Amino acid sequence: MAQPKTVKEWVFSCDHKILGIWYLIGSIAAFAVAGLMAMLIRIELGSLGPTLTEDPNVYNLWLTMHGAVMILGFQIPALLGFFANWAVPIMIGAKDMAFPRVNALSVWLFWSGVLLALSNYVIPDSFNGMWTGYPPYSESEMAGNTALYTMIVVVLGMSSVFGAVNLACTVAFMRAKGMGWFQMNVLTWAVFTSNIIQLIFIPVLAASVLLLTLDKYLGFGFYDPTKGGDVLLYQNLFWFYSHPAVYVILLPFLGVCFEIVATFSRNQIFNYKVLIWAIIAFIPVGGDVWIHHVFVAGMPNWLRQLQSFTTLLISIPFGLMIMSLVGTFYKGSIEFRTPLHWVIGVLFMILIGGLTGIPNALASIDYGLSDSYAIMSHFHYVMAMSGTMAIFGGVYYYLPKLTGRYYNEVMGKISCWLFFIGMNVTMAPLYLIGLDGMSRRYYDYQQFPQFEATQHLATYGVYIAAAGILIMLVSWIHCAVAGAKAPANPWGSKSLEFTHTEVIPGPGNFLEPPVLPAGWTPYNYDKA
Amino acid sequence: MAPHEHYDHVLHEIFVDLTIIGVIFLILTVYLLFAYKRKNAGDVGKQPKLSTQAMLGWLIIPSALFLADDLFLFAKAWDLHDNYRKVPKDAYEIKVTGQTWSWSYEYPNGVTTTNELVVPQGQPVLLRMTSNDVIHSHYMNKFRVTEDVVPGRVTYEWFMPNELGESVVTCREYCGMLHSGMYGTVKVVSPADFESWMAAQASAAAPAAEQPTAAAQPAAPATATTL
Repeated sequence: MAQPKTVKEWVFSCDHKILGIWYLIGSIAAFAVAGLMAMLIRIELGSLGPTLTEDPNVYNLWLTMHGAVMILGFQIPALLGFFANWAVPIMIGAKDMAFPRVNALSVWLFWSGVLLALSNYVIPDSFNGMWTGYPPYSESEMAGNTALYTMIVVVLGMSSVFGAVNLACTVAFMRAKGMGWFQMNVLTWAVFTSNIIQLIFIPVLAASVLLLTLDKYLGFGFYDPTKGGDVLLYQNLFWFYSHPAVYVILLPFLGVCFEIVATFSRNQIFNYKVLIWAIIAFIPVGGDVWIHHVFVAGMPNWLRQLQSFTTLLISIPFGLMIMSLVGTFYKGSIEFRTPLHWVIGVLFMILIGGLTGIPNALASIDYGLSDSYAIMSHFHYVMAMSGTMAIFGGVYYYLPKLTGRYYNEVMGKISCWLFFIGMNVTMAPLYLIGLDGMSRRYYDYQQFPQFEATQHLATYGVYIAAAGILIMLVSWIHCAVAGAKAPANPWGSKSLEFTHTEVIPGPGNFLEPPVLPAGWTPYNYDKA
Repeated sequence: MAPHEHYDHVLHEIFVDLTIIGVIFLILTVYLLFAYKRKNAGDVGKQPKLSTQAMLGWLIIPSALFLADDLFLFAKAWDLHDNYRKVPKDAYEIKVTGQTWSWSYEYPNGVTTTNELVVPQGQPVLLRMTSNDVIHSHYMNKFRVTEDVVPGRVTYEWFMPNELGESVVTCREYCGMLHSGMYGTVKVVSPADFESWMAAQASAAAPAAEQPTAAAQPAAPATATTL
């Protein structure tokens, strides 16, 4: 058994691992595009006045593409496409997904969505309404091609919904003999919970953008106050999905961190059962917090207060998760390999990001912070940088199973710390000028000339981070073609994808279906 | 206390609180990483399995601590929220209209200005705001206050200009090409200066007959949902 040989076998495969790799390739390509946008944005802001472009709408297109592609094209597909597709069926001892052909359809839809998004660069009236697409702006001619935006969201949403149904069914019905619900990997639980969140909330996002299209092109007026509609309806519908989407990203990336921490500490997960219930608690608590995005948009005062409190409640399941993650180090035997370095980076990023989220949750503090660089920096710490570091750490973790070879540790660690330093150099100063009044989504900042030095400094950070990413990509290619041969279980893990498979798992994953002894867990390192 | 001073005070307390939590977490994590570094290649972790009581303890005590801190911060912010949203009875009311890409201010006597908000020192000011086209957001950096300016709705914010000087007013909701260029100044002047400024504005406006102001009627009847 081996990887497919011909192009045809690769392209038309229904094997979950091959499809997972397609997700990985697509999401890394999307990361490259969106990362390039980030660099253009930073260089443009590095000095006052026009720097790279004199047309603010070109800049607005960069900004729109950066946000939309990073979230919808990179993070969600990398986590719920690559990790969920590649690792979860093997982790639960299944030979493939429940519906392999639907799985292939999800990947094809994902690639279609990415290509549709890229078409924004070639069409004359590209969409520049930011990834949020708020009406009435997005209903005006100024915003460009709103129908394309809607199409991208719907196509990627369909891909996610099909993938979520498929994975949820796989986890629910295809576990190996002897594997109970509380014997699953944390990553499996995190993915399963994210799937449930997606199934509940994505249809609302699809509805919200479809109504937008009906409004703009057919004059329906759901969001148009001159026709009796309400612009805040869109914001409520949009954030009803798009805030839970943060947890759709957060849970799997923390799941990846748990796998790495357990493996490199060779330890059981601290307080596993409570952790699982904390993960499940994200469904109701995470679903309830969207109104904090609408705090300053004219909501009734009592609702701002109430939602401040319910938003703060997310700190409880989140705090319990982080306690379990750090607690897993306790009495462990910690080996500092590259994936663990990335996770240590995540711990620092999420510490800053999580704590800076607390002021945002309070409506009265939000009056000073709303739509400022403080918000922008906060979510880059908690979601963008933590999530990205977890994804890259996870890719390093699975590289020996994808390629049959070890990566180079030195290159891996250098890439990690360059990215870490670079992103902190960018985002920490921006947080401070955000507290001082710098607003987000600005092409220029003539009214705040005092921030130019800080903006200039932040731009250096992105060069450092980009150097880290380049080294990372080189190390991956080096691993695939010239890495030292790795055994089937290079890290001494106890999880099924390492213990019961060949060096590179082939079709069907296992030579024979795994049967698990009583009391087995993926983290039973203290047992022989 | 003026809301923006109250804001700085509360934000400072919140940051002290968060710093304490962050430092505890950081020290604990770094300690664990150093204390349990792998010594021999074959070593495995020896974390004991938690008893049911210990498991519940590690659920209830941290949850109670997180909740207590949430409640503490929430109480601080509640007080501040009241300060922000309860407008003083004697507030001076100015109508604000946002449009791509400028701010219009209409004073009670009909005087209008563009991108320039002039207010007398020591007088609480209530801004009653709406938009002519897309969503904007009226933010004054000195007064730490943002509120969206939404077509079809009337929203409000108030501030206390207790120091003389100029500061910036910007738009904080993405509103298209010149979003970042939509800004103006807030000038706090002495009551006497305000009187003379207002007299000059009124006399300048008088010859120019009765023009429809920039703050035109929104197409649908605006509903004051937030007051």
